[in-house]
Amino acid sequence: MLKSLRSQLTTIWTILQHSFSRCETVQYPEQKPYLAPRYRGRIVLTTDPDGDERCVACNLCAVACPVDCIALQQGTREDGRWYPEFFRINFSRCIMCGMCEEACPTNAIQLTPDFEMCEYDRQNMVYEKEHLQIDGPGKYHDYNFYRVSGLAIKGKDKGEAQNEAQPIDVKSLLP
Amino acid sequence: MPVITIDNQEYSVKEGDNLLQACLGLGLDLPYFCWHPDMGSIGACRQCAVVQYQNTEDYRAGSRGRIVMGCMTQVTDGAIFSLNGDKASEFRKTIVESLMLNHPHDCPVCAEGGECHLQDMTVMTGHRDRHYRGKKNTHRNQYLGPLIHHEMNRCITCYRCTRYYNNYAGGKDLAAMAAHDHVYFGRHQEGVLESEFAGNLVEVCPTGVFTDKSLVNDYSRKWDLQSAPSVCTHCAVGCNTLPGERYGKLKRVHNRYNDEVNGYFLCDRGRFGAKFVNSDKRINNPGLRDEHGRYNIIDPHQALHQLVEACQGDNNIAAIGSPRASVEANFLLKTLAGEQHYSPGFNAQEQSLAQLALSLQQHSAATIPSIKDIECADAIFILGEDLTHSAPRIALALRQSVRNKAYALAAELKLQPWQDAAVRNLAQDQRSPLFVAAVTDTRLDDIAEQCHHLAPDDIARLGYAVAEQISGKANASDEPANTIAQALLSAQRPLIIAGSSCGNAAIMQAAAAIADALALRKNENAGNSMLCLTLPEANSLGQAMLSPNEAPSIEALAERAYKIDTLIVLENDLFRRAPAAVVDKLLQSVTTLIVLDSLETPTLATSQLALPAASVAESEGTIVSLEGRAQRYFPVSECQGERRASWAWLLACLKELGHPEAANIHRFDDITLACSAAQPMLKGITLAAPDHFYRNAGVKIPRQPQRYSGRTAMRANVSVHEPKQTEDDETALAYTMEGLNRHQPGSLLPFVWSPGWNSNQSLHKFQTETGGPLKGGTAGKRLLDNRQNNNNQQKNSQQAVATTAPAAFQASAGQWLLVPRQRIFGSDELSSYSDNLAELLSDASIEINSADASLLQVKNGDGLSLGENLACLRVVINNTIPQGCAAYSVGIAGTFNLTLGQRVSLQKASDWQRPKQADVIASDGGAHV
Amino acid sequence: MSDLNTIIFGLVLIGGAVGGAAVLTWFERRLLGIWQDRLGPNRLGPFGILQVLADMLKLLSKDDWVPPFADKVVFVFAPTAIVVAMLLGFAVVPFSPDLMIIDINIGLLFFLGMTSLAVYSVLLGGLASNNKYALLGGLRSAAQMVSYEVFMGLSLMGVVMLSGSFSLRDIVEAQSDMWFFIPQFLGLYVFLIAGIAESHRLPFDLPEAEHELTAGFHTEYGGMKFAMFMLGEYLGLMLISCMIVTLFFGGWLGPWLPPVVWFFLKVFIVICFFILLRCAIPRPRYDQLMSLGWKYMLPLALLNLLVTGAIALSMEG
Repeated sequence: MLKSLRSQLTTIWTILQHSFSRCETVQYPEQKPYLAPRYRGRIVLTTDPDGDERCVACNLCAVACPVDCIALQQGTREDGRWYPEFFRINFSRCIMCGMCEEACPTNAIQLTPDFEMCEYDRQNMVYEKEHLQIDGPGKYHDYNFYRVSGLAIKGKDKGEAQNEAQPIDVKSLLP
Repeated sequence: MPVITIDNQEYSVKEGDNLLQACLGLGLDLPYFCWHPDMGSIGACRQCAVVQYQNTEDYRAGSRGRIVMGCMTQVTDGAIFSLNGDKASEFRKTIVESLMLNHPHDCPVCAEGGECHLQDMTVMTGHRDRHYRGKKNTHRNQYLGPLIHHEMNRCITCYRCTRYYNNYAGGKDLAAMAAHDHVYFGRHQEGVLESEFAGNLVEVCPTGVFTDKSLVNDYSRKWDLQSAPSVCTHCAVGCNTLPGERYGKLKRVHNRYNDEVNGYFLCDRGRFGAKFVNSDKRINNPGLRDEHGRYNIIDPHQALHQLVEACQGDNNIAAIGSPRASVEANFLLKTLAGEQHYSPGFNAQEQSLAQLALSLQQHSAATIPSIKDIECADAIFILGEDLTHSAPRIALALRQSVRNKAYALAAELKLQPWQDAAVRNLAQDQRSPLFVAAVTDTRLDDIAEQCHHLAPDDIARLGYAVAEQISGKANASDEPANTIAQALLSAQRPLIIAGSSCGNAAIMQAAAAIADALALRKNENAGNSMLCLTLPEANSLGQAMLSPNEAPSIEALAERAYKIDTLIVLENDLFRRAPAAVVDKLLQSVTTLIVLDSLETPTLATSQLALPAASVAESEGTIVSLEGRAQRYFPVSECQGERRASWAWLLACLKELGHPEAANIHRFDDITLACSAAQPMLKGITLAAPDHFYRNAGVKIPRQPQRYSGRTAMRANVSVHEPKQTEDDETALAYTMEGLNRHQPGSLLPFVWSPGWNSNQSLHKFQTETGGPLKGGTAGKRLLDNRQNNNNQQKNSQQAVATTAPAAFQASAGQWLLVPRQRIFGSDELSSYSDNLAELLSDASIEINSADASLLQVKNGDGLSLGENLACLRVVINNTIPQGCAAYSVGIAGTFNLTLGQRVSLQKASDWQRPKQADVIASDGGAHV
Repeated sequence: MSDLNTIIFGLVLIGGAVGGAAVLTWFERRLLGIWQDRLGPNRLGPFGILQVLADMLKLLSKDDWVPPFADKVVFVFAPTAIVVAMLLGFAVVPFSPDLMIIDINIGLLFFLGMTSLAVYSVLLGGLASNNKYALLGGLRSAAQMVSYEVFMGLSLMGVVMLSGSFSLRDIVEAQSDMWFFIPQFLGLYVFLIAGIAESHRLPFDLPEAEHELTAGFHTEYGGMKFAMFMLGEYLGLMLISCMIVTLFFGGWLGPWLPPVVWFFLKVFIVICFFILLRCAIPRPRYDQLMSLGWKYMLPLALLNLLVTGAIALSMEG
């Protein structure tokens, strides 16, 4: 009883001391807090260094998403690239966990330090590809999936990706 | 049973199995690539390495074991193995690393990703980093046709593709080329893969070298596909399929394992033909034709009202069912129209043949074989069928049955059948005897001992001659009948195959006569003879069972068309079945034509009221395959638009009418029950699959895999408020990812997946043993199971079979006998609506031999007009066709006025335009590939 | 004071108490903010004081809704009861030697009676809501108040013994030598705890424990009726503070400054202390609350009574 009384008095004293400590919160809309580049806010789709969309519609973000708020459909472009025919994030379900970014093999999907996404109408929280796509590589400046991947696309033939030898001539017996 | 020790644990395993099979059967995870349960072992990939110990002391001492390949090691009593000991797992990890040296880092853009055996095995072995610093080999891809996508960089050279394509499916145009690390799997030049079973490469390839092209261009991962157990509706074999749906579209069809039917493989018609479900010709709304002849969309209540009104009162109703619709829908239609006014939807010829096939199978002393039984046959005689095109999966099975000779030879040397390379080397070209008697060349000619190209009546005569040889009534010098008879007599499990393709009843009767003669002559220790009769459509046999012999055919209804006020046509395009003159007469005489169909067929286009029916992928139903197996298919996705299952339209109509028989029918299962009660022959259909009350661990079976994604975003563009998941009150499956996909009956298996096994190789987790039946039992219920009561029937078997052979075929001047040329792509109605097959469909043609051609003064590519404006077709000269016969492409537009077995005059068409040579597609859409 | 003056003072008192309670809502939130290292409501008006107005407007403009499943009469009556009881309690508070509504010789008893009435409000509110959370909240509140009432009264008997009167004015005047918090330290301690429990404020707000009971007895309440409950709670807080000052800290007594100022200054400090308690001490479990009451507080109060009585007797003797 006495021990707990002492503990309570200590608590009260500690709290009282806080009368003189500095305020942790800031006057938000006027004073913006610093958000690190890796802050997990609004999700964007980025482009590769050459300016083409990075997303290859592999569906890994969608399957990683714990609230299943990403839906997309793959399509194949004329130049051989895979791309999302549509890419939809239902931000009213999104919990900004960043799993999609973790899962993305092409660095296409990235979380940004923007968290100010209030809407009066929930329907406006549904973002389609045109709302998500930005014109820049985001946090990862140099990565271009198709330069690494063995899939041939227009402008990058077989054997022209990183660490690839020229295509094999099947009819030759030379080693 | 031998007892082996694996990692200190004793297991009793099946005699003669290899260790890999045994491990997988025991539920142990052992990685592998080149082994396939149906293709045996060759020990090529070195992935299933385990350590074998000499004896217990050896094992205890450690480090004395030796590495052996699981797939090449037969289990012997007392053998001691370790899966992880003595660096076996290290070895396997290194092997994966070396197999992956040239793997191209393109999983995100690979259509195999997420169901890739290579991914699974890589994770299973724990390989991660590529230590080799050299460059990766690359390969150029080939164009392999509109169905298969080729991406050679991904290859790990397991040789499964060529082993399947060449050795198993008998293809000639896919091979391993070049040497050492340059090995390339492809064709000698770009072009469409010739085999009708090439689609199985998609499932056989453990990685993404061969993928489904239509899926690649509209891709969804396996985990995103909602699927349900389904049955292929493109021929009468009744292969089990797993269609996958996403965003309301059918994305792909995979094989659903059924040990007695299709096993691990499908034909390309079944695999790629089901895309008709996505066709633009699907109808979504009921339509009512106004006085100007235009269709107006009406809502379903109005449509139902119209339907009821047309059936009410004193209206004389007649109904035409369909052999491509389910038993249940046909049963309700029959109930609605009454027995005398219900036609099963055959033309007169089809109907008599279907009834004949049914009665022959019922009364035959021979066994009705499943495909598994067919694979066991050691002497085969095919009469009048080009099976690769009329019942493709049976043709693939026959390619396995001719190998029984090889297995017999192997058994003498105590070789196990899974010793694939050894068995093949041993047998070389020795095969079990297969005899083909057909009107044209067939795709099985290459494995046949003898091919006879005869007119249909002559085929029947040959059949009767063989039957007489077998029963010893004829003299032995009659060739070739004697050779065939001797081969069949010396076989343990002889198989006779005939069918309705030629439109000739005598052929089927002759086949039955042979089978019966064999059954009667059989000595005690031999197996029974087998009789397989093919039919054209998925539910042909079911329709024959549902309707009596004397049910009106389409022609019969046309005769009395003036008496009909309302004609209801269920999922049937009448113009495909009877000459246009007959159908026009029928359709124009009736006051109201109501057509229920999923596609906009010519018949539907003439209707007053069109009702949108759900396709096989959106509805449930039972169909009866050619072996009499009743199988249930289940909706893969909800009906879109105002489509409803045919049975649902008809049931609603019956309810509105207050029909007494519909009083106790409230849902799908009640129809099945009522049908099985009303029709003794269909008694077993309720056992085809569990009813809607079935629960697995207390809940329904999920159609969606556990990783199904996008649930809260898929429909968010329509409304951000997610609707409740659709309830499925009719089946034991649910449109959800919650539930247990284990331990249920085999007929309710919506997908195969097991932790760590994302690819279709996870199937072994669902089998009682590798290659054995599913743990939940084989899907389907055989309605014609005569294996038990053969002995009772032998006495009276002869009565159904006509014993007299028809007269020999005589070519008559100016008149040609029409015989069929079946095509795997095109002869079937539904698959021809599938847009990914469009490129492979060819125009209708007529084949005659060169003597007839010179008589008619036509060359290849000229036009021939048949009869009096019956048809005008392109000429193909084919010398295998007997003189006096003309083979036309069955089921392809332009030939519907023709009837099989008809004699028509041929005349060179004067105003025929030679078809322009189609541009040869040289590359797969661009120089970059 | 004349009758008219009394009436005017009464009205001023009611207005002041209600207004004070309203301001207190804002003040409490600001103070909590300071102690929790954050800002609290600071947007409306100077220091955010107009937040009070905004809240009031909001509550006034809310739909005056009675759940269809509730007992309507009781549901409406319940929130008024607490406000009336608490306001009546203020009648006996001596703000200064001559500033009080009524000086009755049983002032202390009257106060105890009025605070006990408040339990009806909570209990009836909980019962009338016809909601499981509200019912549980109401039941807890009844048990809690009945338990703590006992030693709340007992704890004050020491004060009565020392001053020899139930009249609050007499009690204050009796403290001119020494404020009672020194001899009656135990009494103060027990009364403090009982007081918090009586006004069911944190940490003893079990009747409305958000984590378990949604909002306890006022789950179904909204708009003005909810505001009445809140008003009652803050009035209770103020009343208890006034009583603590009157009984233990010498009421208006103090040098230099006018007595009223002294009184309010002391009350203000006690209120701050109450808010500090809310800020610092977590809510106990329900069984802990009951065992604290019956096993520790009651014996403590009795002990205090015994010792005080003995001392008082010995001093007299």
